[in-house]
Amino acid sequence: MTDKIDHISRRKFMEELRRYQKGSVTRRHFLGVTGLGAASAALGAAMPGLMPRPAFAQGIGDRVILATWPNYHDPANFDAFAAETGAAVQVNVFGSNEEMLAKLQAGGSGWDVFVPTNYTITTYVEQDLIEELDLTLVPNYDPASFDQRFAGPGTVDGKIYAVPKNWGTTGFAVNTNYTGGTTPTTWKEFFDLTQTTFSGRTMVHDYQLTTIGAALKYYGYSFNSIDPAELAKAEELLLATKPHLFAISSDYQPSMRSGDAWMTIAWTGDGKQLNRDMPEIVYVLGKEGGELWSDFYAIPKGAPHRDAAYALINFLLKPEVNAKEVLFHGYPVADARVNALLPPEMLNDPILYPAAELLSALEFGAAATLTDANRAELMARFKSA
Amino acid sequence: MQRRLSTWLLLAPAGVWFAVMLVLPLCFVLVFSFGEREAAGGYVPAFTLEQYANLPTRGKAFLNTLILAPLGTLLSLLIAYPLAYFLAMRANPKWRTMLLILVIVPFWTSILIRSYAWIFILGGQGLPALIEWLGFGEVRLINTPFAVLTGIVYGYLPLMVLPVYVSLERLDKRLLEASADLGAPPLQGFLQVTLPLSLPGVATGCMLVFILLMGEFLIPAMLGGGKVFFIGNALVDLFLQSRNWAFGAAVAVTLVLIMLVTDTLYMWLMRRLGGAREDVSLM
Repeated sequence: MTDKIDHISRRKFMEELRRYQKGSVTRRHFLGVTGLGAASAALGAAMPGLMPRPAFAQGIGDRVILATWPNYHDPANFDAFAAETGAAVQVNVFGSNEEMLAKLQAGGSGWDVFVPTNYTITTYVEQDLIEELDLTLVPNYDPASFDQRFAGPGTVDGKIYAVPKNWGTTGFAVNTNYTGGTTPTTWKEFFDLTQTTFSGRTMVHDYQLTTIGAALKYYGYSFNSIDPAELAKAEELLLATKPHLFAISSDYQPSMRSGDAWMTIAWTGDGKQLNRDMPEIVYVLGKEGGELWSDFYAIPKGAPHRDAAYALINFLLKPEVNAKEVLFHGYPVADARVNALLPPEMLNDPILYPAAELLSALEFGAAATLTDANRAELMARFKSA
Repeated sequence: MQRRLSTWLLLAPAGVWFAVMLVLPLCFVLVFSFGEREAAGGYVPAFTLEQYANLPTRGKAFLNTLILAPLGTLLSLLIAYPLAYFLAMRANPKWRTMLLILVIVPFWTSILIRSYAWIFILGGQGLPALIEWLGFGEVRLINTPFAVLTGIVYGYLPLMVLPVYVSLERLDKRLLEASADLGAPPLQGFLQVTLPLSLPGVATGCMLVFILLMGEFLIPAMLGGGKVFFIGNALVDLFLQSRNWAFGAAVAVTLVLIMLVTDTLYMWLMRRLGGAREDVSLM
């Protein structure tokens, strides 16, 4: 199995994947040539739950509604899911966990599956907004193959509410065509550049955790600080920076690609996608630190298409499907079975798997930041200033 | 007696709708505005004026709205009036219906998609690239008040054209002939006959556009890049991000009050302007 994967280079793999996505080659050809077929057959034999299944015996409905983040799925996988089950995936894209929480608190979101980040799950449980997962309906989830560091937050009080999707980091992406040969390496440089040569060219997330977190890091404070004095300093910096920003938005790829924006707070996969298509854009983890995160699949209470929700989560966690997701969006997974299917080049990619000293400076988001009134109001004031 | 009963019965559906869908929710909003934010976000009952005391923190959003909404209305009017005039007075009647349909055609596509198109037109690779190529130097259009204003005028123009067109189309053309017969040159005829008689349409169009603009949030969010913030955006933020329903309610109540005051002033002004002529009503 591994021999076959070694035979194909990453470039060749991507070419084959593109050809398959475009429909130039059959699935059989793709799986054969890339070794994924052999891999999944071997895994499938070991775990019957992985065997390709015909359309579901009972209908799961004609749709499933997924609330997720920008640039976070391979549309081809959704097509495959619809072809297999008859349920079309409707995608709602969000820019912050606060936005997701607000929709669920208000009620009637209509979502079947959503993608919360590690630090928010305890709040969803406390607020009784999230369903305890029936793992018998997600046979493709194998806890033993997941890195507990990233899977752990899905379990609250011994009950599993969420299964891991991807993990990653929050850093920034910068177009080195405009930096004059040097690449900024710190959050301090990020904000200082923005106020000088990058004026009007920088974007920050429309998301309190990362935008306030980055400003806190400028002063060397914790990314998660809710200390009023430290937040006041962060607000001062953000307000001074605001006139120099290009935009406040979590969907920054279009502006970075068009050249309107030169630098932006970014997540791993966006950094990878930008760098893949435009090598002059590099992904940087601020030396001071920043966020390490893990996203999950979860089902809100009262999901209108519950069966389809479980089916979708199960489908996306199938290692061969998940591997295609990773190749598409460039966010690492904590699932050893998926990593076994990925080309080694990807597993050695410094954007996906940063050096240990950069990783050790990062913090997981803290639950308190999600509900803290001061952080929420600071972000709202910053935006309306 | 019979007549009064039938009047009441006929009014009942609208009355119930009005009470349940407007008055009742407004009462909730008013009550919420004196409350507090729940720890994890949301609302807890209280009686405090704290939310109203916080209003100045959204001063910039109020200011942006109060500048750009009237400006957008005025620009829409300046562009819409000649167009409506042409359609009603000059266009070949054979083509008139088709031209009117063309005015409405943009509504067939969602404003979301049309605003997205403007992102590309005003973005660095769009108009600014053309302007630079023509040698006028580097300009930044997207995420500026100018971009928001452009989007507003583009989006709301049909709402202004239609009422103005209706008032011009209904105008008794014989009045213009009479003014010409009495020696008035065309410009004087326009100023003394056409313009005053089209004022009801102008007033209606302005009201429509202004009221909708005061609550606008989509266009500033898309073409302002989160930097040109309207009160509508502040409201969306308070309910959908920071989940401070109490403060959001206070901002909403304030917006309603501002609208009541400006609209009352506006109606009073229009009545004064139109008062000299009996046949000019507001709408």
